[in-house]
Amino acid sequence: MAAEGIDEFDIRDYLRTELMPHFMCPGCGHGIALRALLWAVHEERIAKDRLAIVTGIGCSGRVGGYIDANTFHVTHGRPLTFATGLALARPDLEVVVITGDGDCLAIGGNHLIHACRRNLRMTCLMLNNEIYGMTGGQVSPTTSEARLTTTTPYGNAEPTFDACGLATAAGAGLVGRGMTLQTVALKNLIREALAYRGFSFVEILSDCTEIFGRKNDLGSSPEMILRQKGSMRPDFYGNTVEHPFRPNNLTTGIIARNERPEYGDTYRSEVLAPHGHGGAAAGVSAPVE
Amino acid sequence: MGEGQRINLQGNHACALGAIAAGCRFYAGYPITPSSDVAERMALELPKVGGVFIQMEDEIASMGAIIGASMGGAKVMTATSGPGFSLKQENLGYACMVEVPCVIVDVMRGGPSTGMPTRPAQGDIMQARWGTHGDHPIVVLAPSSVSEAFSETIRAFNIAETLRTPVVLLYDEVVGHLVETVQVPDPGSIARAERKWATGPREAFQPYAATDDDIPAMARPGDGYRCHATGLTHGERGLPTQNPAEVERAMQRLLGKLERHRDVIDRFETFAAEDAEILVVAIGITARAAKRAVAEARRQGIAAGLFRPVTLWPFPEQPFHALAEQAKAILVPEMNAGQLSLEIERLSGRPAKVARINRLSGEPIEPAEILKIIEELARHGR
Repeated sequence: MAAEGIDEFDIRDYLRTELMPHFMCPGCGHGIALRALLWAVHEERIAKDRLAIVTGIGCSGRVGGYIDANTFHVTHGRPLTFATGLALARPDLEVVVITGDGDCLAIGGNHLIHACRRNLRMTCLMLNNEIYGMTGGQVSPTTSEARLTTTTPYGNAEPTFDACGLATAAGAGLVGRGMTLQTVALKNLIREALAYRGFSFVEILSDCTEIFGRKNDLGSSPEMILRQKGSMRPDFYGNTVEHPFRPNNLTTGIIARNERPEYGDTYRSEVLAPHGHGGAAAGVSAPVE
Repeated sequence: MGEGQRINLQGNHACALGAIAAGCRFYAGYPITPSSDVAERMALELPKVGGVFIQMEDEIASMGAIIGASMGGAKVMTATSGPGFSLKQENLGYACMVEVPCVIVDVMRGGPSTGMPTRPAQGDIMQARWGTHGDHPIVVLAPSSVSEAFSETIRAFNIAETLRTPVVLLYDEVVGHLVETVQVPDPGSIARAERKWATGPREAFQPYAATDDDIPAMARPGDGYRCHATGLTHGERGLPTQNPAEVERAMQRLLGKLERHRDVIDRFETFAAEDAEILVVAIGITARAAKRAVAEARRQGIAAGLFRPVTLWPFPEQPFHALAEQAKAILVPEMNAGQLSLEIERLSGRPAKVARINRLSGEPIEPAEILKIIEELARHGR
């Protein structure tokens, strides 16, 4: 069913179909997340020409290349920094960052903190598959306790990172969590994030079947997806070290709202306007001859 | 350049004003001595012209931000010093690969590591050329006065925009903090180069097409081209490739494009060099000392001369060759352990005739020290 007044969503309208077949592994959750994003873009009536996708490095980083939009595949952990420059220079664009748990929380952790603090309008989707899949399955900041990876061959001894808790504490305007199990809810969550005037952060639970699931005997892709609402996800808020496999009570949907001024708006009204510059859509791009 | 006005400026401020004059409208940076004056002046000036200044969380982020803004269509700059320049190398390599115009200022201080933050050095000559991994094209300009900090910044932007390349503006702390009188021209009289933007039908456009001049047009987001940019090795369509023939073609164009545009890039200064038997080669503040030493040597009847590469990389090889050929000895004074002299030895064809003055103490090299060696070379040869 299409939403009222909107054409039926056909994902092919938003993909570089000439690049198919894609290179994701069978069972990978990232395609579901991508579909949810494009569905949300469709329902928010965002023109492809105005859509700018910025991605980092890793499996999540390769998702952007399939989108028929302005796509920027940048350096490892840095997509939020590129997106900050792009969004400040071009407030007319709809900037969406697609990143992964390693890209966003390990090498890019500092950038996430400050993007949340700054509250510049953009949407950050963090695809959390608990693993460095592209490099062959090394432990990531969100790998559950005791899990086997190629760099934790005796089980992961580190506690996991609560990305939404971090984003909330750092002041992100909108924080949410969705999962590939619930595609409609995920789409609706991304719609809220896209429409939000400020920095919105959405963690998406997205399974890695081939690299992570296989190593940990987590079963097939459907089994892994069903496990998202089952007991195998750790309780991010409890004592996960002593009880690594406690029943899951992760929250999904909107987790935090932190209403405060959008950075670009503030810069334009407080810094540029007194100098006679900074209309609503003021960008700093040079004119095309 | 028109009438303009004469004002007293510090080198770092001249750089900032040059950037504004060149059309820079986005600056991202991180505080670091001795370059912070550039950021402070940009923070003051950019809002007056409708531009954006942002202080990022670190050097890596500020490099990422200027590249992002440039891909959005803005003329962009960042400034730093050695430790920060090291951190910028990762994203600088991305800008080389994706061919994103940007200007990076490195105000050199004593190194390695934290070194001597407030002391001048010239130890980043090789880092400016080879700091990021892999073979890559890069342009490095080396102003030696406050006037040049202004005019070479403008030239840095024009080269970056014309050739779709990062340009490094490399100068030592002395040039950065020196105050001199500068003839600042009227804004209207300054020649500004604009980027070649994609035009024509989307279907026919290839973001990395092998054009006649090796400089592909850039697609601006929002203009309907919906292109892909990636640091992965990419073919003419901008998409990742590992096809050997396609990779070879793409890399040859990337690495060859600067060589094809030497006319835009090359700049050098000579002083009393036409018949020089002792040729001094120097950059930055050291070149100022060298010029004075050469003038004094000439007064003594010694046939000394100066060659100063204003464009440091790619090195202006052709004009240097002829002068190096006729010289009996070449002297390279520099505030490092011998970086420029390596290149001069290579280009001279006769490394044995290249003498060095190396300074690591954090003090500039005095004219008298250079003159003393010139006199020795004149007496005993090399």
